[in-house]
This record gives sequence, C-alpha cells and structure tokens, in this order.
Amino acid sequence: MLMESPRKDYMIMAIFTAVVLTMPLWTAPFGASYPDLLQKFAIYGIFAVGFNLLFGLTGYLSFGHAAFLGVGSYAAVWSFKLLSMNVLPAIVFAILIAALFAVLIGFVSLRRSGIYFSILTLALAQMSYNMAYSVLTPITNGETGLQLEHGDPRVLDFAFGAEETAGLPSTNLFGLEMSGWPGFYFCAVVLILAFFLSLRIFKSPFGLKLRAIKSNQNRMMYTGYNTRPHLLLVFVISGMYAGLAGSLLAVTDPLAGAERMQWTASGEVVLMTILGGAGTLVGPLLGAGLIKYFENIFSAINEGVLHSAFSFLPDFLNDFLTFIVAPFVGEGWHLTLGALFMAVVIFLPGGIMEGIRRLTGLAKRTASHRGGKGSARTGGPAHSAEG
Amino acid sequence: MDAFLLQILNGLDKGGAYALIALGLTLVFGTLGVVNFAHGALFMLGAFVAVALQNLLTISKQVRDESVTFFEAYKETPYLEIWLGDTGLAIIDYVVPISIVLAIPVMLLIGFVMERGLIQYFYKRTHAEQILVTFGLAIVLQEIIKAWFGANPIPMAAPDAVSGSAAIGSALGLGDAVVYPWWRLLYLLFTLFIVGAVFAFLNLTTYGMVVRAGMADRETVGLLGINIQKRFTLVFGIAAVVAGLAGVMYTPILPPDYHMGMDFLVLSFVVVVVGGMGSLPGAVAAGFLLGILQSFASMSVVKDVLPGIDQIIIYLVAVVILLVRPRGLMGRKGVMEA
Repeated sequence: MLMESPRKDYMIMAIFTAVVLTMPLWTAPFGASYPDLLQKFAIYGIFAVGFNLLFGLTGYLSFGHAAFLGVGSYAAVWSFKLLSMNVLPAIVFAILIAALFAVLIGFVSLRRSGIYFSILTLALAQMSYNMAYSVLTPITNGETGLQLEHGDPRVLDFAFGAEETAGLPSTNLFGLEMSGWPGFYFCAVVLILAFFLSLRIFKSPFGLKLRAIKSNQNRMMYTGYNTRPHLLLVFVISGMYAGLAGSLLAVTDPLAGAERMQWTASGEVVLMTILGGAGTLVGPLLGAGLIKYFENIFSAINEGVLHSAFSFLPDFLNDFLTFIVAPFVGEGWHLTLGALFMAVVIFLPGGIMEGIRRLTGLAKRTASHRGGKGSARTGGPAHSAEG
Repeated sequence: MDAFLLQILNGLDKGGAYALIALGLTLVFGTLGVVNFAHGALFMLGAFVAVALQNLLTISKQVRDESVTFFEAYKETPYLEIWLGDTGLAIIDYVVPISIVLAIPVMLLIGFVMERGLIQYFYKRTHAEQILVTFGLAIVLQEIIKAWFGANPIPMAAPDAVSGSAAIGSALGLGDAVVYPWWRLLYLLFTLFIVGAVFAFLNLTTYGMVVRAGMADRETVGLLGINIQKRFTLVFGIAAVVAGLAGVMYTPILPPDYHMGMDFLVLSFVVVVVGGMGSLPGAVAAGFLLGILQSFASMSVVKDVLPGIDQIIIYLVAVVILLVRPRGLMGRKGVMEA
C-alpha cells in the first residue's frame, strides 16, 4: 500500500475533490441539498477524519475528543469578538489553542494505553466540560454560551475602517459572507485540504510508524523507537482537526456552548468513525455523512408522518406499524443510532468500508466461479481477493 | 468540627454509590475481562425497577371525594388503597424497600441475559470493541427507558418512618446542629452490607474461592474440570444486582432520570482507575475516598479559595494518581498492562 505511486494519490484527490464540490448536485435526490446540512457533513467529516488519524492508525480510543471541538469553537468566537469577523484568523487561532490543549491532555493521558487511555481522555474531557460550565464562566459565558455582542472590540475590523452595524455582524472571508452556499464551499475546501493532509499522513513513514504502534507497541519499542513522541504528535494533530471543525461550527453560527464538549458528543465522533470504518481513508467521512443525514431525516419524522407514510395499508396494519416504528424516529432517533451502532460493532467491526470490501470480494469470487471451477477450487486467486 | 463530620457523612453516601458501581465494574473486569460501559445503565435500570413498581402500585381510579360537600369533587385513589385500606397505603409508602426485593431477581435476570446474549461474544475481541459495543448498549437501554418513562426526573420518596433526619450531633455529643437524613445513613449501612456480602461470598465460600482462582488463572481452573464460564456468568449477574440495588436505594436521594447511569458511570470509571484496575478493595476504598473529597471540595470555605474545585476535584485526583502511581492505589503488577 505504501509503495503505491503518488499518481494514485493524485487520482484519489481529484476524484475526492470532484465528489465534494459537486455535493449540492448529487445530494439533491436525497433531499439533502441545502447548505446548512452539507456544511454539517463537511465539518463533522473533518472531525471524524481527524479522529480517525488517532484511532484508526494507532488504535488509541479517545473518548474525549469533543473537548477539542468545544475549545476550537470558543477560540474562534473569541477571535470574532476580539480581532475580526474574518474567518481566517479565527480558524488559525482555534487550531493553535486546540493544539495547546491537546498537548496538555495528551501529555497526561498518553502515559497509559488501552482502556486506561480511554478513561483518562473521558475524564479530562468531562473535567473541561464541567469547568466550562462553572469556573471558566468569564471565558465561556457558562450556560448561555459564548456569543457575539454589541461593543465587542474587534480591533482588526475597526482598524480597517469597518463600521459598527445595527445588527450583529456576520462572519466573512475578506468581505464574502459565510452563510448559505459560500459558507458550504468554504467548508468544502477546508475539508479537501484536511483530507489531503490525512492522505499524506496515511502514506507517510510517520503513518507507518503509527500503524506499527497499533499492531505491536512493545516490538516497536524493542527496535529502539520511543513511541510516545509519535503518539503525542498524532494526538495533537488529531486535536487540531477537532479544533478546526469546532472553529468551522463557529463560522457557520458564531456561538459556542459547553454542550459541544459533553462526552456524548465525543461518543458521536467515535460512532461516525466506526460506522464508516476506522483506519480507512474515506470511511469516517461516510460515517459522518450518514449519521448527520439520518439525524436530520429521522428526527423530523413524527407519528403523523408515519401514519401518512403507511396510509396505503389497511388501518390496523397502519396503526401497528406506526406503533412499532414510532419509538425509533423523531425523539427516539438516538435509539436507532445506538442499535445500529451495536449491530455494526457486532457483525461488521470494519464498518461500511469492510462491508463494501466483502461485497466486492464476493462478486469477484462468484465471477471467478463462473469463469472456471477448476481454478476456483485451488482457492489462490479467490482468497486473495478477500484479504 | 460539626461541618467536618457532616461533609464526611455527605461524602460517604455519594462515595457509597461510586463504590458499589465501581465494585461491579471491577468484578466483571476481573472475571470476564470485559470493560462494561453499560454498567451505569444497570444502575439506572435498578432505579427504574423502583419507579416501575411505584407506577404499578399507584394505578388509581377517580373516587368521589366525600370531604368536599358543596360540589362533586373527585380524587385519584390507588386501587391498593381501595382494596386494602391502610395496609395498601403502607405498601405504597414502602415502595423503595419492596423494590429492593424485587430488583434482585430482575437484575439477576437482566445480567444473565446481557452476558449470555451479548457479552459472551466479546471475550476474544479487543477492549476497544468491548467498550464500543457496551457503549451502544448503554445508549439503547437509556433510550428505551426514556421512551417509556419520559425524560424528566421522577421523584421517589423514602418511607415516612425514615424520611426525617437523625440527630447525630446530640447522639455523639457534638451539639444539636448536626442532623443527617435517616435515609442517607441507611444508604451508607446498606452499601457496607452489600460490599461485605460480596467480599464474604468471594472469600468465605467455596464457590467464591473457585471464582477467585478463575480470576487468577482461568485456564488451569478449566483444566481441573470446573466449568468456570458458568460461575463467571453468575458473577456478572451479581455485579448487575449490586449496581441495580445501588440504583434502587439511591432513588430517594436523587430522582432518577434516564441519563443518571451515564453520569455515574464516568465517575465510577475514574474511581476504578484510581483504585487500581482489577482490585476490589481498591475500587471500594477509592469510591469512598473520592466521594469524601468531592464533598469537602464543595464546602464554601474551600470554594472561596479555589472556585469551582468541587466540579473537577475527582478528575484532578485521578490525573495526579495516574502520574504518581500509574497502577492506581491498590493496583497489582500485570493487571491490564497493555
């Protein structure tokens, strides 16, 4: 895999860029083609890609990644308040703060591995969440959440002659307002860059070392590698991705609340990555898109919608089906999510990507069966397709 | 001195809940080698056994209120009261103690179903996958509870006989200012009793001895012709019962809602880590210790010096312990060294 030519990487990137930029077109049939939702796909895609760098490559399961998302959001909003409504300083600032924060948390939690690591990250993230709610209220504005106000200094904006407006200003990129389609395309471009970086890391010697840590950390250490700097580096990179995603959340809607840091939010990114396929390049993106899409669709369905959807059936069947399905949609969307997640972990630990691989493997095998039974019996080519 | 004693007592009952959950977590981990993120959900399910029983006992119908004479007034009267009179009312009053009796078989059953139905397929999988699948299970369980009982906390009352406060101060000669709710004292005693029972089971019975042997070396015990798996399943059931009972007893202290399990689970994991993964006494000691620390941190004297310390003290302690004593307070070498 490593020895693949850079040409293939460019192919992947070209296809990926095309797919992302044409998203408004091909999501239209699914009823998802509006900027708010697509933006969410892109942002959570970045989040999941970053998480996958840590979990997919090294196998270190962090249960506190939402803390970086929250920190990124806070940092971005502060940048909007203090410096400028331009999104670039906000993003840079958010990434830096998230990186700092990740260094701190990573330094402590990477001292242990396995479940200890999961629990430590979980505990530290919960601690940040509690602090954002209580002690740090001057910075985070507690329960109300941090938001823009009249009379924010915004020194850079005013230095360049911006006027105080009647309403609250909106985020912009050198004058281009970050709402609607420009907002989506901005996030899409950032997603493409983030994906490219992740691709490079996957294919780099650094990525190989991380995989070596996942497969056997002890052996890695016996060969003379000190694994902890590598782990800390990837942890920080992954935290920066989360900070970036958090700042983009603030770009689309300039307010930040502590609930973004809660551990259920950390759980969500784990779900996305696993659902799509941890350790694969595109898996996390697929997972993030699917979860955000179904969250949007499912949580809008209520009993009335179900009744009309089943209206072609006789009444008693209609009522019965509504009764069965109702707990899984609308408010109960999380139930579906949890059940789906369990099913994936139990039956398809590699996520959707493994599912696709198995299906293509199956297709190839049936094709070779048809081609000639003699060669299939020896099993050589058919089995290699599986691996 | 009064305040000091009160804070210790406060800490002990919260610590009791941590200790019981952490005890179950450690038991499951020590025997089956499974990290159970759904253990908090078991605590929550226990609490909702009590809620369900209360709902069942208070099924009522509209009855003409005779005390109001100038118009037709109706009041809700539970069937139990109509059928049994004062006895019925007394039964409703004692709903929490009765649920304890009910919760034992129910939680044991839930534990067996969970272990046989799901956990047993995950012995050989990685810890990450165990965490993930039990996390999914926890979400499913709490969403089911939410769909059934709603999202709001449901108030539960301790029996009238113990709803008052105990005058501990005057009993100990410290002045009358020190009073403490009876129920919380009972909770503390109950916790000690459960912990004692679990330890007695493991240390004083032959069955428990075999379980301990299995924890130390599963393979050898298996080679001796003992079906250790069957015993471990029972241990899982016991862990579920312990968590469930902790939940039932906690309902008068904290009105149960669907996410209480998750809240306690995070802290209990921290407790387990502080105590030392795989060490039962460590889990219990750390539970009480962290409970007490938390309650001291929430004293206003302390909060004036270090604002917000009560929110983070447990996590801070956990971080410090892991940096200074990476195996936890009573962790042994070779347990969970990954």
